[in-house]
Amino acid sequence: MKQLVIISGKGGTGKTSLVASFAALARSKVLADCDVDAADLHLILSPSVRTEEVFHGNRKLVVNQEKCVQCGKCLPLCRFDAIRQTSGEDGEIERIDIDPISCEACGVCAYFCPAEAMEYTPNESGRWFISDTRHGPMVHARLGVAEENSGKLVTIVRAQARRDAEEKRLDLVVVDGPPGIGCPVIASITGTDLVLIVTEPTMSARQDLERAAALATHFGIQTVVCVNKCDLNPEITAEIREWCSQNGSAIVGQIPYDRLFTKAQMREQSIVEYGRSPTARAVEETWTKLADILRQEDGGGLGNQPGEYLTGFA
Amino acid sequence: MKIAIASGKGGTGKTTVATNLALFLSKTGRKVWYADCDVEAPNGHIFLKPDITRRKTVSIPVPEVDEQKCTGCGECAKICQYSAIVCIKQKVLTFHELCHGCGGCTLACPVGAIREVPREIGVLEEGTSDGLGFVHGKLNIGEPMAPPLIREVKRSVPSRGEAIIDVPPGTSCPVIESVKGADYVLLVTEPTPFGLNDLKLAVEMTRELGLPFGLVINRSDIGDERVREYAARESILILLEIPDDRRIAEAYSRGEMVLSLGDYYRGMFALLSDRIFQEVSDRTVTAGDSI
Repeated sequence: MKQLVIISGKGGTGKTSLVASFAALARSKVLADCDVDAADLHLILSPSVRTEEVFHGNRKLVVNQEKCVQCGKCLPLCRFDAIRQTSGEDGEIERIDIDPISCEACGVCAYFCPAEAMEYTPNESGRWFISDTRHGPMVHARLGVAEENSGKLVTIVRAQARRDAEEKRLDLVVVDGPPGIGCPVIASITGTDLVLIVTEPTMSARQDLERAAALATHFGIQTVVCVNKCDLNPEITAEIREWCSQNGSAIVGQIPYDRLFTKAQMREQSIVEYGRSPTARAVEETWTKLADILRQEDGGGLGNQPGEYLTGFA
Repeated sequence: MKIAIASGKGGTGKTTVATNLALFLSKTGRKVWYADCDVEAPNGHIFLKPDITRRKTVSIPVPEVDEQKCTGCGECAKICQYSAIVCIKQKVLTFHELCHGCGGCTLACPVGAIREVPREIGVLEEGTSDGLGFVHGKLNIGEPMAPPLIREVKRSVPSRGEAIIDVPPGTSCPVIESVKGADYVLLVTEPTPFGLNDLKLAVEMTRELGLPFGLVINRSDIGDERVREYAARESILILLEIPDDRRIAEAYSRGEMVLSLGDYYRGMFALLSDRIFQEVSDRTVTAGDSI
């Protein structure tokens, strides 16, 4: 069983649109939407949820006002500016509260509070789902707004997708990754067999491609590249090709800009399902190349990490 | 005044709006700063091409244990909520990538065996671009945590004058860190199903933060009416619509400012800035110690 993760560095290059097409083209696979902050794949795949689970990210800390003696010992301890005091006219502390949005639940205030007035509350940070789609099983999630620990939730989604693939004896897990290169992206790619970076011929995407590729290299993972909207700037497309050949990342696809992607999206379809078109063919060719690479290498594409970070990232 | 430019969905045009709005405002005689808080994938510098005058590495404090003093009592592991410091068979191990820099283990150690040492997470660069103040952060490759670097970027912005905060995509902790404390949030979206879906999440986040906000619809003719219908239902003001424009796309791809394309485009940002100032002055700004 192999894993393919699609990232971009820069947002908006077309990861999810391509993953939706790969879902239609790949035969034996489980899909995983790891863009848990702003998941979109379900808008095309229309999943019917089989299992729904609560994700408890960080607990939050709250002040038990009945125990709190307003001594203020906690105030200088918080490094995240999460403890708020309300003072009376005489300057004395009337009330202490914790701002749940700034609180990182480090527990320092709780540890040192002489009145033991800081309490952990269970926190439903999000939900994750195992669903069925017209293209097979899909694991996805929804992180609560303003919540942390997207890395942990990503790790759960990936682990569930792998488990599902193993149980059903499916060959591949295809992961729709988040933008950026921080903790949720790291949690998406560690231990995967192949990373596909979807880029576009703009200076912004070009720079972010290099950062995303450096991230994959940092974890010892093979990268391949697809240039989406390639006809928007042929010069930069050529520069990207040149950079890829120097960097040892094969180009698996060059796909022209096409409003059909949006038209298909509005019909809840991937572009390869939205009739025949040259762009759809370009996407199919990209998938064929990817499938070839995934079939080929054995042991060559694994990261140098001994498995994923099971503890996830905060 | 701090204006945050956010979105939810990546690639909707935040940086385009943020850089051009910032430069436009700075040419009206105001003192303006542009702060790129997308420290994972900063792009603002491509368009503003700042002269960098100050560069510093940014670190967060992580624990270093003096094994001579350590008694293996495990108090440090007890306080740590992130498993960044653990005690196994009276031996302490640290996992710096998991450390949030809360300082708890250092305080909790009864024998003073732990001290904090800096761990580099990225760099901060400051400068100017044609009179516009500029600051951004670049997170080190492989570094998971963006928020501490984002905090540093924001701390570099002076409190006088106007600040345009370019926010990363998404709705979770780096975005919250970037948007916190803004006087107004501009949400940039596109009229597609993905755009609308992520806009709803961004609206939820902005409302949770209790911040006033308005909408910019970019590439406004590529999709359908659902974003406008949603905005109407939710009584969200649309401050500007920018049609899909090949000239803008090409300038963007080459790293050029939209303002340089001519008066029609400058007019867009004049309109946008007027409307933002209108919105902010129409509201009662609540001073206080909250977000």
